[in-house]
This record gives sequence, C-alpha cells and structure tokens, in this order.
Amino acid sequence: MDVLTPRTLDEALRYRAEYPNALPIQGGTDVMVDLNFDRARPETVINLNAVRELRSWRRDNGAVWLGAALTYTEAMESELAALVPALAEASRTVGSRPIRNRGTLGGNLGTASPAGDALPPLLIEEAEVALASVDGERTLPLSEFLLGPKKNALATDELILGVRLTPSAQPQTFMKVGPRNAMVIAICSVALVADRERDELRAAFGSAGPVASLVTAPLGERDAFATAVASAASPIDDVRGTAAYRRHALDVLVNRAIDRCLV
Amino acid sequence: MKVALTVNGEAREATIWPGESLLVMLRDRLGLPGSKNACEQGECGSCAVLLDGELVCSCLVLAAQAEGRAVVTVEGLAANGELHPVQRAFVEAGAVQCGFCTPGLVVAAADLLDSNATPTDDEIREALAGNLCRCTGYAKIIDAVKAAGTAAAGSP
Ligand SMILES: Cc1cc2nc3c(=O)[nH]c(=O)nc-3n(C[C@H](O)[C@H](O)[C@H](O)COP(=O)(O)OP(=O)(O)OC[C@H]3O[C@@H](n4cnc5c(N)ncnc54)[C@H](O)[C@@H]3O)c2cc1C
Ligand code: FES
Ligand code: FES
Repeated sequence: MDVLTPRTLDEALRYRAEYPNALPIQGGTDVMVDLNFDRARPETVINLNAVRELRSWRRDNGAVWLGAALTYTEAMESELAALVPALAEASRTVGSRPIRNRGTLGGNLGTASPAGDALPPLLIEEAEVALASVDGERTLPLSEFLLGPKKNALATDELILGVRLTPSAQPQTFMKVGPRNAMVIAICSVALVADRERDELRAAFGSAGPVASLVTAPLGERDAFATAVASAASPIDDVRGTAAYRRHALDVLVNRAIDRCLV
Repeated sequence: MKVALTVNGEAREATIWPGESLLVMLRDRLGLPGSKNACEQGECGSCAVLLDGELVCSCLVLAAQAEGRAVVTVEGLAANGELHPVQRAFVEAGAVQCGFCTPGLVVAAADLLDSNATPTDDEIREALAGNLCRCTGYAKIIDAVKAAGTAAAGSP
C-alpha cells in the first residue's frame, strides 16, 4: 500500500488519472473505519489534506461555493450558518466534535449514504456538485449525483471539487430522528424550506429510501405535504428502524418543520 | 514509509505501514500508549488527540496524514511535572474508575475549556458526546470539567 499526498489540485487530478483504483481520503471518518477493519485494502490512497483548492467556502456572485474539504465544524460557524442554516443544523447533529472537526462535505458526497446528513439540506437548496478530472470540469445537480445507496456519479478519474448553491434566504430547518442527540446515524431525517419567494415547500428526506431525495409542493398544499413526503419515501426495515416507523416519523417531522418555518 | 511530525512539542520520526492510523503510530511506533484503542471506528473517543490544535479521533486519521503536523497527546498535557488542571480535577472529583476512557476525556475536556472556560452542563455534554465511559455514569466527569474550568478561569 502506498499513500500519495498531492500539494495541488492539478497534481491530485494527475494521480487520480494515473491510479484509477486509488482511494481518495479527506477527513478519513468513513475511509479509516474500512481500513481499520480490513474492509478495504486499496493499493494506493490519495491523501487530499494538502490540496488547498478544496478547502473552505466563499461567496460567488450571489451563490455560495462550498469546497469539498469543508468540515462540519466550519459549516456551523456563524457566517456560513446564516447563509445555509439547515446545513449548519444538520452539521451539529453529525457524530461528535472530533468527527465534525474531520468529516467533510466532500466525504459525505463520496460515501453517498442514504443517511448522509449533509445531503437533505443541500437538496432543498438545489445544490450542484462540481467534479473535475484532468480532462476538465463538469457540474451536475446533487439529485443526479446521488445514484443509490453508497453509489454516486463520480468517475474513477474524478475528484469532487465542492458544491455550489444559491441561498434561498428562506426559513429552513433540519430534523433527525435517532436514539441520542449525538453519535447517531439517522433513523430518518428531513430538511425543509418554506420558500415564500417561489411559493414553494421543498423537503428532502434522508435514510428513508435508497438516496436522499427532494419533494416539492406549492405553499398552498401545506396541509397535505407531510403525507406527500412520507409517501414519496421508500424506506426499508433495518437494524435502526422499521419502514412503517420511518414513514410515520417523516410525516411528524415534516409537519413540525412546517410549523417551525411558517410562523 | 517514514513520517516526520511534532509530538508534544518534540520532533519525531516513525517508520510506519502506510495503511495504519495515527493512533497505531503513536502507541506502537512512538511509545505513547496514553491514547487508548477501544473501537477503531470513532465511536468511543478514547483515542482523542489534538492535531494542529484540533480535537480528532486518532484512530480515524491516517498516520501519513500527520506528516509535518503537530500532535498533542494526553502525555503532552502535563507541563513541568504539574498535572493539567483537567487532570487534577478528574483526580479530585473521583471522575476515574477503570481509567480507560480517561485520557480521551481529559484531552476532549481540555479542548473544550480552551475555547469556553465556564461551560454549562449542556455544553459539556455536547462537547463530550463522543467520549464513552462504561464505569462512572458521567456525573463526576461533568463535575470535574466544571471544577477545572472554574479553576482555570481564576474563580475560587
Ligand atoms: C463515529 C462516527 C459518526 C458519524 N456520524 C455521522 C453522522 O451523524 N452523519 C453523517 O452523515 N455521517 C456520519 N459519519 C460518517 C462520516 O463522518 C461522514 O460521511 C463524513 O462526511 C465523511 O467525510 P470525510 O472527509 O471524513 O470522508 P473520508 O472518509 O475521507 O471519505 C469518504 C468517501 O468520500 C471519498 N472522497 C472524499 N473526498 C473526496 C473528494 N474530494 N473527491 C472524491 N472523493 C472523495 C473517499 O474516497 C471515500 O470514498 C460518522 C462517522 C463516524 C466514524
Ligand atoms: S478508538 Fe478511536 S474513537 Fe474509539
Ligand atoms: S472509568 Fe472506566 S470507562 Fe470510564
């Protein structure tokens, strides 16, 4: 096994082209569990920690750019939290402080778990994912990037650069059901925005289908919206909860989220 | 492969297997067994260290990612033969039973008090949510963190 530590994005993309079977690692909070338990034995690991281009966030012509290496701790800081509040709320529920210090948006997208907590807040703000290879960049909506449980549209020679979204600046929230307030993978989760500007409710659920997904309706349909979201989900029974419980919980969460956002 | 880094203020170098964690490097290559290995999956916090001043689970950092960086382990908290205030408070409050979780809790509590010297119970619980203790029931741990904070803030 070999660890490559590129210093620039160009170098990282060249390694990615040269070693298509290499495993990128950023915060390591998903990758290291696999390495420690012998579930992954990549020949090559590409350590992205020194690639500055992936870090941090910036305002960009009315939009917000979130680098793939943005940590949950950074997403909770007040300036960014004011722009993408549901993402900040979701970030606070991730793991524990040390996990939030290391875990990143790019890693959450890379893992593409149906329970990834960054995904619903990004879906309601209609985020786009930017990918790059040595041949250039491409952008696709997050909903098209997420293909299935732990499956995404990343090609073997690509890296996730980050996501871009235009903050709706509308009331939004994130809620997650689990046995504790910390250190839990969601049994199910919901992000919701009540967008008066566009006369629209947008909700995205996590852990209640093969991928986190978006459901929308006009504001006028608020009374039926919780049921609509619950029926759009396709949850399964697993160790964390039953499908029936998840559907019920989604209904409850969406109603609470609407009450919180439409006052 | 070789990794060069600063550990508890000292320049160190270790020869590692590229797939190993910072925790394994600290314990097995650098002779620092203070950081404990209990779960190797980020669930227990007993391996907590500071990486460039940031609280992390050392079991989830690839050792090679620590190249050129500064790590502080529980062994590095006591200065000039004096216990760190958090360590003293843990002893005085009886916040230690078997002691396995203690190094991680001490590092995490020191990190919390660094940014917030007088945390509330809720703030302590949130900050230490990733540290599991199977013995104490946490009440004395919270007492200890409060006492250490008050001591450091200079109040009686
Ligand atoms: C104790 C614990 C608690 C957790 N709690 C939660 C939780 O509450 N909610 C939640 O959603 N997740 C949780 N996680 C999972 C994990 O922390 C998140 O998925 C996190 O976002 C992963 O980010 P990372 O940078 O650590 O990813 P890494 O482990 O470094 O990488 C994850 C995947 O993404 C790929 N990748 C990373 N960066 C890039 C890039 N720039 N381009 C291409 N591919 C890339 C990697 O190759 C890998 O496949 C938890 C994990 C642990 C260990
Ligand atoms: S050993 Fe690292 S968190 Fe448990
Ligand atoms: S004192 Fe035994 S695990 Fe905490």
